[in-house]
Amino acid sequence: MERTHLKAFADAEEMEISFGPQHPSTHGVLRLMVKVDGERILDVKPIIGYLHRGTEKLFERETYNGCIPHTDRMDYTAAVTNNQGLVGAVERLMGITIPPRAAYLRMILAELQRLASHLVWLATHALDIGAQTPYFYCFEERDKILDLFEEYCGARLTTNCMRVGGMPFDLTPGWTDRCRAFIEQFPAKVSDWERLLTKNRIWRERTVGVGVISAADAIEWGLTGPPLRGSGVRWDIRKVFPYDRYDEVEFDVPIGTNGDTYDRYLVRMEEMRQSVRIIRQCLERLPDGPVMAKVPKIIKPPKGEVYFSVEAPKGELGYYLVSEGGDTPYRLHVRPACFINLQALPEMVRGQLVADLVAVIGTLDIVLGEIDR
Amino acid sequence: MTYLVIPLVKIVVILLVLILGAAYLTFFERKILAYIQIRLGPNRVGPKGWLQAIADALKLFVKEDLTPARSEKFVFLLAPVLIIVPALLVFAVIPFGPSDIWRLTDINVALLFVLGVSSVGIYGIILGGWSSNNKYSLMGGLRSAAQLISYEVPMGFAVVTVVVMAGSLSLVRIVEVQRELGVWFFLPGIVALFVYFVCGVAETNRNPFDLPEAESELVGGFHTEYSGMKWAFFFLGEYANMIVISAMATVLFFGGWLPPFPNLLAPLWALPAVAWVPPPFWFLLKVAAFIFLYMWFRGTFPRYRFDQLMRLGWKVLLPVSLANLMVVALGVLILGGRS
Repeated sequence: MERTHLKAFADAEEMEISFGPQHPSTHGVLRLMVKVDGERILDVKPIIGYLHRGTEKLFERETYNGCIPHTDRMDYTAAVTNNQGLVGAVERLMGITIPPRAAYLRMILAELQRLASHLVWLATHALDIGAQTPYFYCFEERDKILDLFEEYCGARLTTNCMRVGGMPFDLTPGWTDRCRAFIEQFPAKVSDWERLLTKNRIWRERTVGVGVISAADAIEWGLTGPPLRGSGVRWDIRKVFPYDRYDEVEFDVPIGTNGDTYDRYLVRMEEMRQSVRIIRQCLERLPDGPVMAKVPKIIKPPKGEVYFSVEAPKGELGYYLVSEGGDTPYRLHVRPACFINLQALPEMVRGQLVADLVAVIGTLDIVLGEIDR
Repeated sequence: MTYLVIPLVKIVVILLVLILGAAYLTFFERKILAYIQIRLGPNRVGPKGWLQAIADALKLFVKEDLTPARSEKFVFLLAPVLIIVPALLVFAVIPFGPSDIWRLTDINVALLFVLGVSSVGIYGIILGGWSSNNKYSLMGGLRSAAQLISYEVPMGFAVVTVVVMAGSLSLVRIVEVQRELGVWFFLPGIVALFVYFVCGVAETNRNPFDLPEAESELVGGFHTEYSGMKWAFFFLGEYANMIVISAMATVLFFGGWLPPFPNLLAPLWALPAVAWVPPPFWFLLKVAAFIFLYMWFRGTFPRYRFDQLMRLGWKVLLPVSLANLMVVALGVLILGGRS
């Protein structure tokens, strides 16, 4: 695919556009100061902070279980994996092993959340590139996932569905059947959407060779998740530092080759299939037993510090917890995937066209709630 | 009196039908898109939502009409007019049926008239984008200008192909020739039809060529700053232009008001049960089919990027339409077509 090379006119004037924070395709409240020469982007400066809520400071005055609802509101399209990271960090510091049933439940919910998050990504990404219809197809499926969440924990978006030491509830009767019914019909839907997009000439022209980032650059910038794997680096926290029971299930980590928007698209589509595979195995093996380990009523991790990360749908979501031995964290720092992925945006769009900017924002799959916290 | 009253009545009828039609196209578009996208579409206003278009129009009438403080006031006002007037003017020469009752006028250079008048609409978009004094609008206007100019050329060649086959610039004559030949021009001119319709979609700024108003990139493109009735004019202009492109495609390639297979099924069309169907019925049916195609596109395709769009226009459609014109002209020469 040829890249566009537009030469600047000698007397061309630079123009600066304020792209957002109220713009249809900046996914929330991202503001970009875009310097353009005609349609060509000379530079982009992301301005963030419009959704800052001081989450990390709030953590410091909450009990550990009280922190969990705050994590829901970081990456609000993937609350379950946010919960998972936090409780994982506390459990590691306290040396708690959660019961196997709880671990499998976490994996099922986390993979469902990955599907839901990727569905939001596909829907909005396609919409930004001008394809309206996949949006509605994706949201139909996402709704079914949210129904499953609602049935399990009562909430659809801000799930707050994990506790230090396990899971707060056991499954409702028949939940596994409904979940199985969902994942059985899901791969066919993915193929449907791929039929609309994957070989579509326009889709390919809009995504192939757009927002390229090499594997070395991707590592240099600290990209994680699909943006890193799209560049051909096989790095998935679930494989390299397995948590819960990810070492007991089989799944592949799809990678791309060119590091462009199209490869990241293919990676995420394949990840959805792999998630279905994981859920299927988890449902088969789901052991009986308690869902909560024996933990003290008041969670007081010993003095010390720990870094624990999970593979969130958007990339590596890490929690760095410092405990002074009290019932609240001394410091709880979040390593957000989106924030670090967003840094590479100016690098990826420099020299490309305004239309590519929205494609690249879409492909980075950012959520401002997590960037600003 | 007959010089004045009858044309005036016709004008009023055509305008009313057109504007109502354009308004209802929005309703149908929403319904069709809704069914493509597993939703219901508007179904609250009136029986099954049928009054939605009226409600929208009323809403636009009472909306506050904002003019940006630093805009070029007169041009800002002029732009919507420049969009809607040419779109409506084209219908002066479109023949809806064989006899004089079914059309306003038949001029011998109708085709030139249509091409010329519809090109004026582009001024509305450029001026609207420029006068808003908004960067997004300006970019939308410029995109649109580039797009319209590059697509006008291959579209011209596609239309010339039909002229070569028909040997006339009169729209009525073009349909008559299709009747006499017993074959509609889409068969020998399938390439021209393709080029014409693709260019038509591009000229009306519709998906997948809706860059000038690309919502996800340029917010609203050239009409970002417009509101109320001025915005409605842009909107109506877009839909009226869709009808124009579809109507012209019908006239040029699909035998205008002729029923399907006019010669082959002639006995059927002569049956009293169908003979009473007025010719405009067939015309509108074909127009509706084209408009459905437009909406189908919108439900299916992503959007082209600016440079890709230009490449498609200049590097693909232009050579194809030119080569096709040569081939068709040669064919007409060999087969001894009409001169």
